[in-house]
Amino acid sequence: MSEKQIRLKIKRQDSPTSSPYWEEFAVPYVPGHNVISALMEIRKNPVTATGEKTTPVVWECNCLEEICGACTMLINGTVRQACSALIDDVGTDLVLEPMSKFPVVRDLHVDRTKMFDSLKKVQAWIPIDGTYDMGEGPRMAPKDQEEGYQLAKCMTCGCCLEACPQYNSRSTFIGPSPISQVRLFNLHPTGAMNRTDRLEVLMGEGGIAECGNAQNCVRVCPKEVPLTKTLSELNKDVNLHGIFGFLKK
Amino acid sequence: MDNRIIIVGGGLAGLMSAIKVAEAGCHVDLFSLVPVRRSHSVCAQGGINGCVQPTREGDSPDEHFDDTVYGGDFLANQTPVRNMCHAAPAIIKLMDRMGVMFNRTPEGNLDFRAFGGAKYRRTAFAGATTGQQLLYALDEQVRRFEVEGKITKHEFWEFLGAVIDDDGVCRGISALDMRTMEVHTFAGDAVIMATGGPGVIYGKSTNSAINTGAAAATLYTQGVRYANGEFIQVHPTAIQGIDKLRLMSESARGEGGRIWTYKEGKPWYFLEEKYPAYGNLVPRDIATREIFHVCVDEKLGIDGKNQVYLDLTHLPADYLNKKLGGILEIYEKFAGEDPRKKPMRVFPGVHYSMGGMWVDFDHMTNIPGLFAVGECEYQYHGANRLGANALLSCIYSGMVAGPAAVKYGKGLSKATADLKNECFDREKRRQDEIFSGIYRMDGPENPYRMAQELGELMTNNVTVVRYNDRLRETDQKLQELQERWNSLGVLDTSWGRANQAAQFVRQLRHMLDLARVITVGALLRDESRGAHYKPEFPQRDDENFLKSTIAEYTPSGPKISYEEVDVQHIKPRQRVYDVDKQLDPSNGGK
Repeated sequence: MSEKQIRLKIKRQDSPTSSPYWEEFAVPYVPGHNVISALMEIRKNPVTATGEKTTPVVWECNCLEEICGACTMLINGTVRQACSALIDDVGTDLVLEPMSKFPVVRDLHVDRTKMFDSLKKVQAWIPIDGTYDMGEGPRMAPKDQEEGYQLAKCMTCGCCLEACPQYNSRSTFIGPSPISQVRLFNLHPTGAMNRTDRLEVLMGEGGIAECGNAQNCVRVCPKEVPLTKTLSELNKDVNLHGIFGFLKK
Repeated sequence: MDNRIIIVGGGLAGLMSAIKVAEAGCHVDLFSLVPVRRSHSVCAQGGINGCVQPTREGDSPDEHFDDTVYGGDFLANQTPVRNMCHAAPAIIKLMDRMGVMFNRTPEGNLDFRAFGGAKYRRTAFAGATTGQQLLYALDEQVRRFEVEGKITKHEFWEFLGAVIDDDGVCRGISALDMRTMEVHTFAGDAVIMATGGPGVIYGKSTNSAINTGAAAATLYTQGVRYANGEFIQVHPTAIQGIDKLRLMSESARGEGGRIWTYKEGKPWYFLEEKYPAYGNLVPRDIATREIFHVCVDEKLGIDGKNQVYLDLTHLPADYLNKKLGGILEIYEKFAGEDPRKKPMRVFPGVHYSMGGMWVDFDHMTNIPGLFAVGECEYQYHGANRLGANALLSCIYSGMVAGPAAVKYGKGLSKATADLKNECFDREKRRQDEIFSGIYRMDGPENPYRMAQELGELMTNNVTVVRYNDRLRETDQKLQELQERWNSLGVLDTSWGRANQAAQFVRQLRHMLDLARVITVGALLRDESRGAHYKPEFPQRDDENFLKSTIAEYTPSGPKISYEEVDVQHIKPRQRVYDVDKQLDPSNGGK
């Protein structure tokens, strides 16, 4: 029994309304494991470390290459995607918990609908006239494309919201990721036509003024979206719009 | 009452269908296993093909058409492929208008790169995460329609079956609320399936976890014809993992990456040596067979393992970051080495299904009112798909099927809303019975272990090189697995809350049905064509097999027949890549 093991302590919760509890599991160590492949081993033999039969752990995942954002959870207290958490990096003693800022569906599976609702609120789209053939899109300088692409890589995973002290059940703050999308759509030549509509959303309740500048967001973003830089630039845009918008009235 | 259309699946094909239907003024109910922004299209890396700038290198939409048909070894119906290639430039421009951050030239125009099986740069790209960027753009447009009340999303719902009325017409679907495990039925004037590929049947593949093929397989058991199932693309360059195979895009070679291994102590660039005309950019089926041969038959893999080098180290790091950043990150994160400094270690992995539900040129299956788009149907790629044609075919098929479904719905003599509830009640009862059966399963076998066994069986026998004796044995073992499915334990009997194990038990049953379609189709096709390669029959046999395979469900197994292929535009000719593609002088317009 001396063979190396991956030990997982998992915070489980049977339903959205029930109380959480902990269960521990052990999986034989094999080089190349990540947190997802370890969870997959558990469901092939859903037995706790003490040998008791239990139900397979429920979690969300899809792409398994850190591009869909589904498998985000707390791993040893840090929010990140489970697929890219290699056991050789995170260690063989693991504590897995669901993200704390979203309602639990079951076990490690949470409901992040409010992130997508925020994208509705900030009008995160280019208002095209329709999908029929209307010729080419606008030209764009390569440096603008590079800036936009960096923002467009946001996979709505929720890491930044989990880490943000201002984003919580007592506040209406929409959080860093939807705000960064405003920057993305405002820098696009067509999106810029509705620039002020998006800025006005950010001036309202739950908007950019509620950012406390803790800068946790940029540290946990797996896609290195320049969140703090974006927020400070948008802050300027919002202030200018506030002043000139007021003068126009 | 307004027309309502149901769309199942929220990848590129489903979302484009939804946008087209909403634009036409019909209401969309969009169902997805995951929030649609997390669909498998997000994994596509390299780009999307379309001859946007015909004057630049002498390319043309007809050349794209010829490359696609030739690359697919003449098994694709030519008229839809031709229409797709001619629509491609407008599709790329549309996606650009939607705000996709495509890479740019210094003048601010769209940039294009080279891809496999083509001699022209016609692949538009956004770094190496083009699928993600296209998916997000469509997701954003769908969100806009959602705000306007024209699209209703049902995320975390699993498709269970089609509701078929007494006349054999599809009138809606049954679906599972994954948070409560309740079965509901939904009515629609037409249903569009956009449920993706079946890679999970092979256990480890480049596909996402939801790509079980269960939705298409379920419909096959309800009478939908499944075409060309045996044509499974194995991508030449993937990195191995315990949980999945991670794709290293063909764009790495499009941007100058080279494949090599050691032979007699010296680097051997075997693709460049054997295929001087196309080199590292031979189509996927050919690159895969060569890498497989070098590793498995010649035992020349790096460090004696099944792996070769995909080498980018001769290219400047800044250039690589701008054009391939996304895949370099994946390699660094998952393989732990910097591909700018050390060659990547790769081996072929199951990637894409050219086959799928049979559809007509309007994307309707053989069940009236039931349409299919994207990877779950068979229309555009023949025996082998060219890189960067998948994103195109997903978007294009949605653009065809959306309006076709609307037109079909408006032409119904009896609107679905006016039907009696009988067919819906019948479907609800059928699904409730299936699930109560699953909940009672308390046998000794574990569904996830059985899936692993299925994956290994299929990967070992129905991928790159296929032998009839092994295919026969595989079909036998699949039937044994079908029998053993009855002795599974469900692992989790909870109801009223999420239960992924019960869902998976049901999916696994249908994965086995589809595995048999793939295997029996391969067994009966005694030739080599595109991705389907049999050493016992190494030549393409147009006389007997220039035909689409059609599988129909029977309780004892798939019934196979064949259907003529539309070859009215380009006369089939021998497919070779060691010399430049020869054009047949008899082909008009070429």
